[in-house]
Amino acid sequence: MTTLDCRGMLCPLPVIKLAQAFPELAVGETIAVLADDPAAATDIPAWCRMRAQELVSADDGRYVVRKLS
Amino acid sequence: MSNRAYLDAASAEELHPAAREVLLQALDSGWADPARLHHEGRTARLLLDNARAVLAEGLGVRADELYLTTSGTAAIHTGLPAVAAARRRIGTTVVHSAVEHSAVLHAAASAGTPYEVGVDQSGRVDAEAFAAQIRQPGVAVAAVQTANHEVGTRQPVTELGEVAAAAGVPLFVDAAATVGHEEIPGGWSVLTASAHKWGGPAGVGLLAVRKGTRLAPAWPVDEREDGLSPGHPNVPAALAAAAALQARLTEAEELGKQHRAWIAELRTRVAAEITDVEVVGDPEDRLPHVLTFSCLYVDGEALVTALDAEGFSVSSGSACTASTLRPSHVLAAMGVLTHGNVRVSLGRTSTYDDVDRFARVLPGLVQRIRAEVGM
Repeated sequence: MTTLDCRGMLCPLPVIKLAQAFPELAVGETIAVLADDPAAATDIPAWCRMRAQELVSADDGRYVVRKLS
Repeated sequence: MSNRAYLDAASAEELHPAAREVLLQALDSGWADPARLHHEGRTARLLLDNARAVLAEGLGVRADELYLTTSGTAAIHTGLPAVAAARRRIGTTVVHSAVEHSAVLHAAASAGTPYEVGVDQSGRVDAEAFAAQIRQPGVAVAAVQTANHEVGTRQPVTELGEVAAAAGVPLFVDAAATVGHEEIPGGWSVLTASAHKWGGPAGVGLLAVRKGTRLAPAWPVDEREDGLSPGHPNVPAALAAAAALQARLTEAEELGKQHRAWIAELRTRVAAEITDVEVVGDPEDRLPHVLTFSCLYVDGEALVTALDAEGFSVSSGSACTASTLRPSHVLAAMGVLTHGNVRVSLGRTSTYDDVDRFARVLPGLVQRIRAEVGM
């Protein structure tokens, strides 16, 4: 699984990095984002909802997202 | 500067012309200490009584139910703990919605044991969960706003008021977003507001306490405002706040109708003309003058600055625009996008042209900021 290390970055950067990495993924594949900006806790799940992608888990600054489409 | 559009009335509205006139006159006639028995003191006292009577009428309360404080925040910081302290023998729980103003959150944390009730994606508190919590034993006070100051969504105050009354729990209502703009819902025991939100001067807050609600101030009290706002009151500002409220209330219906229609149009245009935008807050059951949205991949500070350069003054709940670098707790509680956030709020001098120009300028700015980060 690909891991994007976005620690130290402020929003919207972690979400931008996630969106930019997404085209490389196959449908069904997952990607992990490490982000310590408090805004990421809301914005990564919100991005998944807006883009109809699956947030698999969000634990302690580690977000796993599955590509659905 | 004629091209500037001030679209941040929910933070502060410019002084109402009616207030300005009264303020200037009262600076000369109302400077003395209203607690003194001499001529100048009695004059100041008369003006203060007059201000209180007008403000009380504006809120629909009796003059002896209204205390004047030094700000809306001060009204919350004194009112909430004073109500909670008076009910210490019953309990210490302070039930509140997750989207209250930070002044309520801070006061709740210092007044007792806060119990936060969540909101849905529109920012409306879960009324059932809130009601269930009010009915629990050990609740000192429950706090809910009339409408959310950041996203405009109205809260079910009347419904919660009935539950609170049945349970014998005082309902504390922060009405800062509503007073002067729309009718205030009933069912509350304590209500607070802030004059600069309706075109009065800064430095005047209102704390209305319904008869029968007990207060126990836990700080040094003097003879002023029953100990709820110590020190020599700002009589000229209070009088100006009263004049502004009186004037604003006569305009409220017409302005409200106008603002509601313009915000509805702006809401539609923002959603239609910008890709990846999340317009937040209830589209119908909301304040008339507030619109909030978040643009994906956009830095909120960059957008506020770019809008300012184009002549638009707006506020933002994005983390990068806050001194704490934390996003708005309101947006986070709603689970909506916190970056690229903008709140537009119309005031009494806002024009359709302001709204129309904003709608035309915004898409280009968003596109430019996105292009700078390769999106």
